[in-house]
Amino acid sequence: MIGLAPSIALKHLLARRRQSLVSLSGIVLGCAFFLAVSSLMQGSENDFIRRLVDNSPHITIQDEFRNPHLQPAEQLYPAAAVEIRQVKPLTETRGIRGYPQIMAGLQTMPGLRAAPVLAGQALASFAGKDIAVTLNGMTPAAVADVTTIRNYMIAGSIDELVANPDGIILGDGLARKLSLSLGENVTITAPAGQVHTFKILGLFHTGRANYDETQIFADLKRVQALLRRLNRANSIILKLDDPWRAQAASGEIERRVGYKSLSWQEANEDLMSTLKTRNIIMYTVVSAVLIVAAFGIYNVISTVVLEKQRDIAILKSMGFRAGDIRRIFVIQGVLLGLAGSALGLPFGAGLMYGLMQIRLKFPGSTDLVALPIDWSWLQFAIAAAFAIGAALCAAWLPARKAASVQPVDILRGAQ
Amino acid sequence: MTDPVIEAERLTRRLPGEITVTLVSDASLAVYEGEFVAITGASGSGKSSLLYLLGLLDRPTSGHIRLHGRETSTLDEDALAELRLEQLGFVFQFHFLLPEFSALENVMLPMQRLDRLRQTEIEARARELLASLDLAGEGNKLPRQLSGGQSQRVAIARALANDPLLILADEPTGNLDSNASANVQNILAELAHRHGRAVIVVTHDRDFAAAADRVIEMSDARIVRGA
Repeated sequence: MIGLAPSIALKHLLARRRQSLVSLSGIVLGCAFFLAVSSLMQGSENDFIRRLVDNSPHITIQDEFRNPHLQPAEQLYPAAAVEIRQVKPLTETRGIRGYPQIMAGLQTMPGLRAAPVLAGQALASFAGKDIAVTLNGMTPAAVADVTTIRNYMIAGSIDELVANPDGIILGDGLARKLSLSLGENVTITAPAGQVHTFKILGLFHTGRANYDETQIFADLKRVQALLRRLNRANSIILKLDDPWRAQAASGEIERRVGYKSLSWQEANEDLMSTLKTRNIIMYTVVSAVLIVAAFGIYNVISTVVLEKQRDIAILKSMGFRAGDIRRIFVIQGVLLGLAGSALGLPFGAGLMYGLMQIRLKFPGSTDLVALPIDWSWLQFAIAAAFAIGAALCAAWLPARKAASVQPVDILRGAQ
Repeated sequence: MTDPVIEAERLTRRLPGEITVTLVSDASLAVYEGEFVAITGASGSGKSSLLYLLGLLDRPTSGHIRLHGRETSTLDEDALAELRLEQLGFVFQFHFLLPEFSALENVMLPMQRLDRLRQTEIEARARELLASLDLAGEGNKLPRQLSGGQSQRVAIARALANDPLLILADEPTGNLDSNASANVQNILAELAHRHGRAVIVVTHDRDFAAAADRVIEMSDARIVRGA
């Protein structure tokens, strides 16, 4: 048995079936498109963040300091107004000093894996062709542990770097440009002129053209020798079991090691804020669909209120309070919102499935990829909440008007 | 003599505007249990306006209304609605049944709003009321399927749903043929004389007024006789 107000509300809606169906279809479409678009946008955001988290270090310790070192006089008199002029930093080989000790310290922290990296610019040459590349020196174990290159290997293996320190792993894009294949030799020239020949032990394909054409991986010791930076690493990259801890862990690590420590969130702050802006724009645009649908509900309930003035007067003369009358018409909006959500969500899910079938080739990508869709329950809940909220708001104004009807004004006119 | 069911003291109702219209002026009256009172007068004399004031549907510009001795002028809208629900029953010239609800559902509405009985008890009482007004087989019909007289009897059943002590009727036979009109008149008279309810009826019908225990006559917004 449903309550009195819902039963009156339902009867009002059923008495105006066609208008109710039109406004209901507005909410159904609004809810479905809201769900499809928001799940697509959220899916693409999740996909973007997942790629960011998977393919880049969660934390990078760089060979620089966030703030210049304090001079001894400043350390001695921290509260005094000390000004030291013409300070010139010592000239020293760039890189993280004592990185093995820092690594040892990091190993004691739970839930993270760290690897030293020496990266530098170099030229890859073969058959008269020279291509500028980024040479990443890492231990083979680290390449496997803190990068996702292993997932993208299409030929050879990272593990072969252990047996052959003169080996190299490169992207298939670069190999194609230089007409190279697995097992062949490639000459790498450092900026200072040192030359070393590496054997190609593995090829990877990430699908990101720029990465596949410019990144190469070799043994750390060989790269240190080639770049003439023995026992130096210019960054330490870390992967965390929980990537969302990166911001907090980064601060803690910077306090401990002194070098600038950058979390993936900080490194991509501008992108993250762009995503937030994009979300606001998306929700605004998609909400507009529901606002239009809400006008349909407003129209139907306003018409019902106008037509039912006499009934409202009678209900009030019977002893219904203004709140009871308001409830009847608000419930009409809620019923339309609920029914619209109940039908709109499956329809929206169908649209989402349809979107998933679309394969597109995005700029910078070499593969066809499916549109990323977020199927989480939260998307469904948000779409339903927006639909019901829009219907509720649309019903509120006519409901208030209905509640303010003075029965005597209507009854006098009806005589 | 017992206390009056309703007592009005120097009621005045004016509609403000560029030209102030006086609907009721200085009206005082008292109606007792078991009394059948008719209010008569020419069109525009203020009969219906007085009824709406007595029915707590309108507020007087000045004066007092006491329902069972309780002053109503200080009550807020919700409290007045509660009094209408529990103690008053209305019958209008047009039956004003809710068109989407069956006759039975229309009668059940005030009881459902009062919410003092279980659903089965409400339905049983509604059927009983309809049966007492010779509408036993009409409960499931929609208002549009009923004749004018039947609809008006359903409206009376609805007015009686919460067992009010005061029934207010505004031209209840104004839209009925003579047979149906006589029937409604008898029902209202019986409610007063046999069931002890106070009944106030606004009517143009001289025969109807003649059947009342007392006739209050209005002219130019004032009670001129019978208070």
